This record gives sequence, structure tokens and C-alpha cells, in this order.
Amino acid sequence: MRNTLAIARRELHSYFSSPIAYMLVGLFALLFGWMFYSFLSFFSEQSLRMQQFGMGGPQTLNVNEMLVRPLLLQAGIIILIFIPTLTMRTFAEEKRSGTIELLLTSPLTDWEIVLGKFLGAFTLYALMLGLSALNLLWLFAYGDPEVAPIVTGYLGLLLLGAGFISIGLFLSNLTRNQIVAGLLTYAVLLMLLLVAWVGEGAGPIARGVVSALSVFQHFEDFSKGVVDTQHVIYYLSVIAFGLFLTARSVDADRWRG
Amino acid sequence: MWGWQSTGGHDNPATECGPASTHTDQSGDNTLIEVQQLTKRYGPFTAVDGVSFNVGKGEILGFLGPNGAGKTTTMRILTGYMPPTEGRARVAGFDLQDQPVQAKERIGYLPEAPPLYPDMTVREYLRFVARIKGVPPGEQASRVASVMQRTHVADMANRHCGKLSKGYKQRVGLAQALIHNPDVLVLDEPTAGLDPKQIIETRELIRSLAGDHTIVLSTHILPEVAQTCQRVVIINKGKVVAEDTPENLTARLQGAASVYVEIDAQGADAQPVLTAVPGVTAVAIAARHGASTGFEVQSEKGLDVRRHVAQAVVGAGYGLVELRPMRMSLEEIFLQLTTTDAPAEEVAHA
Repeated sequence: MRNTLAIARRELHSYFSSPIAYMLVGLFALLFGWMFYSFLSFFSEQSLRMQQFGMGGPQTLNVNEMLVRPLLLQAGIIILIFIPTLTMRTFAEEKRSGTIELLLTSPLTDWEIVLGKFLGAFTLYALMLGLSALNLLWLFAYGDPEVAPIVTGYLGLLLLGAGFISIGLFLSNLTRNQIVAGLLTYAVLLMLLLVAWVGEGAGPIARGVVSALSVFQHFEDFSKGVVDTQHVIYYLSVIAFGLFLTARSVDADRWRG
Repeated sequence: MWGWQSTGGHDNPATECGPASTHTDQSGDNTLIEVQQLTKRYGPFTAVDGVSFNVGKGEILGFLGPNGAGKTTTMRILTGYMPPTEGRARVAGFDLQDQPVQAKERIGYLPEAPPLYPDMTVREYLRFVARIKGVPPGEQASRVASVMQRTHVADMANRHCGKLSKGYKQRVGLAQALIHNPDVLVLDEPTAGLDPKQIIETRELIRSLAGDHTIVLSTHILPEVAQTCQRVVIINKGKVVAEDTPENLTARLQGAASVYVEIDAQGADAQPVLTAVPGVTAVAIAARHGASTGFEVQSEKGLDVRRHVAQAVVGAGYGLVELRPMRMSLEEIFLQLTTTDAPAEEVAHA
């Protein structure tokens, strides 16, 4: 555990001693803020219109349904762009500079190294998400949104991102070139997104299979305020599988030399 | 020298593969590193081929060989970076494959390129290494301070590793290897890329570390081995071709004696004069310096021809500029061992 934390700390140190951490956190805050603003202005326009025309009398627009949910769904896609940047250097850079030799000859297990790297990237990711949540505080100041869907939506985003990170770690360990690792991760994550779209047009069975496997399908329920164990287990499996592949490939590199 | 051998030659050979605990007991008789029949293959290519050696406590072993001989691969196996295809390596009684964590706790390793993180300062970096090498939290700060002192990098403590000069990088690499006060130090070309002053300092540092630490260092620079190591293993094409002290190697390979003569004359003119000296077996031009020519004169073993050579040169009316015996340097031994097969076998079985 202590070793894992030491690795995680070093990962965070390297994110924050380069512009990467600031760029990721800052750009995500910017994009998220802009998305928030556009959904918010759309929402307030709609509610104003509802008031003016008095459609349906007492019925009001649901801020969770019309704002929070689509916002978090979009954020789920946006993080697809951010995660590869976060994970591409993790192993590739260590291999290029030879520092991997320090890690592999230290009294550490492969899992401690892998988990440490995962924890480092995940912490930065959580920070990135956490800052974006500040936007939503405005809703509480001027409205009365439900808390549960926001919390579960963020839980979903955390799980989704963690799954992406574990995939990114594995792909970063396949090469000593950061750019290659980053592009590979983009390609794989995009594929996971496209699979969901392809499934839409397929037959009922294929659609079922595809949606069971698709990373994004499982995210939808979270944004509705539902925590289904099926989805949680799905994401935990993705994370575990990604980390397992990473640990195996660290070991395989040893044999390859 | 091996523990299990000293218990009696006719003993059950199974002792050799006995549990690690028995080896822990036996490392009491001083063997800290045991390497047995190490082989590493990359596909069809054999990088290391059946290498065996032992290193006793407090000893400095030099690992010598041309580039690509398998030095780095052997060291990487010895430090647990990669597993061997065949064979075993044991450090302080712990097998690197069965108990890698325990073994690695006792090894400090300086790879060929110092494994530094450019974005960390020297102090931050050493703190990190102390953490992952299992130095107790309370001792980390003092260990960092003491290794920085020892390797003379304290004045760079707050400089980023990426901005250090090559010499400092190397020393921080050495500091990193020392941080957990390991029993065994494995140094892959510790003086590569340093300036002469730094080389001398590094060698002195390494010598001062012997005793407390058992050191294995690799190099392709020969004087380094003669100056730092008590024992040399020469490796070529993945095989051990010789193993002995630097002095013994030099003595053993001292074949025909040879003398260097520089004469104030043009090459071809003086050669017959030298050839005519009794006992001389061969004369070759070794150097030309303006008007004078240097010859390498070989003679029968055990015969000192210097006096006769001097008389012959002066008698022929030439000026004698220089006359000195040529000792076969470690460099020549090395070349002899690594370029031809026959003498290599000779030495290995001598």
C-alpha cells in the first residue's frame, strides 16, 4: 500500500510539474462551463416561454431532466478526449527514459506499480471532475434540483473514466512512444463509442449484446439517478480487466527484455 | 568457494537446489552473489550463455567485455529486471525468481543510463527512491542527506534532475543505488561519459564502498578494472572466457617478453640491426615520430635482450631515443581473449 501511494504521488508530481495537469483541468473546466452555460440558457429560455404561454398550467420543467442529465452525458463523451492525454505518458515515458528499470528493480510488485499509476491518473481525473461540479452549485442557488441524479451521475462519470484510464494504462505500456500510446487510446475509446451507435441500427439480439458491452450504454442509467449493481459491476470489471492486462504486459515486457 | 561445495564433494547434489533458507545460512561463509549457468535467449539469439560466477562479501568484481558481450543482460538478470531463460541467480541467499522482493531489497542498481525523472529535484527524486526501496519513513530524510553527502551532490539538492550535467546525473544515479544501504551494488558502466576528474572521484567512491557493500561493476574500460576491482570476469559473446584477479590475468598471459625501442633512424634502415641481436624473434615497426622510428622487439621468453639491443643500436651508429620493456597490458589480454578463441580456452581452463 505504501509503495502504491509512493508511485501515485510521483505520478501526480509529474502531472503537476508539467503543464499537463493545468491544461487538462483548465480546459475541462472551460468546456464543461461552456456546455453548462449553453444548456442553462436553453433551459431558461424554455421555461420563460412556458411561463409566457402558460402551457399546461402548473407543470414546470424538470431541471434534472433537461439540464443535468444531458450535460453529464456530454461530459462522458468529452472525457474520452481527455483521458488519453492523461494516460499516454504513464508507461511509455518510463520506458523511453529508462526509469522503468528503476521501478522494476525496486522491491515492488507489478501490481503495486500498476495500481500506483492508476491511482495517480485517477486522482487527477477526479480533481478535474470535481472542479466541474462547482458549476452545478448555481442550480442549487437559484433552483431546486434533485441531488441524487447529480451524485449518481458523477459516480457514473468516475467509473467510466476509471475504466478509460485502465485501458489507457494498458495501451501506454505497449509502446515507448507517448504519441503512439495516445493515438491508440483515442482509437480504442472511440471504437467503444462507435460500437454503441452501430448497435442502434442492428437487430434486437445484436443490439442487446452491443448495449451490454458498450461503455456508454451503462452510463445512461447513472445520469438518471439510478445506481444499478449491474452497471457498477460492469465498470468494475472493465477497470479490473484493464489493470489485469496492464500488469500482465508489465510482466511480459520482462521476458521480452 | 560455493557454500554447498565446501560441505563435501560427494554430497548429494540435490543440496544445490535446496530451499533458500539453507542458502541463507550458507551465505554466512561469505558468498553474497551466486550466479549459476545463466542463459538468456532472445528468440534465436543467445545474449548470455551459461554464465556462472560467485562474489564474496565485500568484494569488487569487474565485469569486462566488449559492447554487446552480454554484460548489461547479465546485470539486468542479477537485479531482477528480467528473468533468465535458464539458470539461477541468488543474492544474499534469496533467489531472484522465487523471492524477488526480498532479493531486490538487498540490491542497489545503477543502470547504464541513470534512471532519473527530469521533472523532480535531486532531493525529491531521492526521497521517492527511498520510499519505493522500503526505507522506513522516519529514516528517509537522513538517508537522503547522507547519500547526497557521500556522492557529492548535496549542492545540487534543489536542482531538477533533467538540468544536471552528465557527471551529476551519474552521481545522483549512484546515490539512488545507495539509498537503502544495500548489501549488493550492481553498477553498469559507472564511469561512462564522465570527465577524467570525475572518473577518478567515482572510482575512489566505489573503492570506499567496498567492504560494506559487495560490488559488481561492468565496464569496457580496462584500466578501470585494474584500478578498482579485486577480481575480473571477462565475458565475450555471452560466455565467460576468463575469471581471475587482474594481476594473475596479466601474469598468466605474459607470453614472450617484448621491448619497445625508439631509434633515431628511418624505419627500414635500423630493422636488420635489431633482428641480428641474439635472442630476438621478431621486430615490428610500432611508431614513427618524425626522424625517429619506434620498434617492438620480441624475444625468447625469459631472456632480457635490452642490454644487447642498446649495444647493437649504438654500435651501428644510431641514436637511441627510448628503450623500455613492454608489459602486456590488460587491454591486450582482453583483445587476445575476445578476438581469438584458442587462447581464451587456454585461460579458462588454466
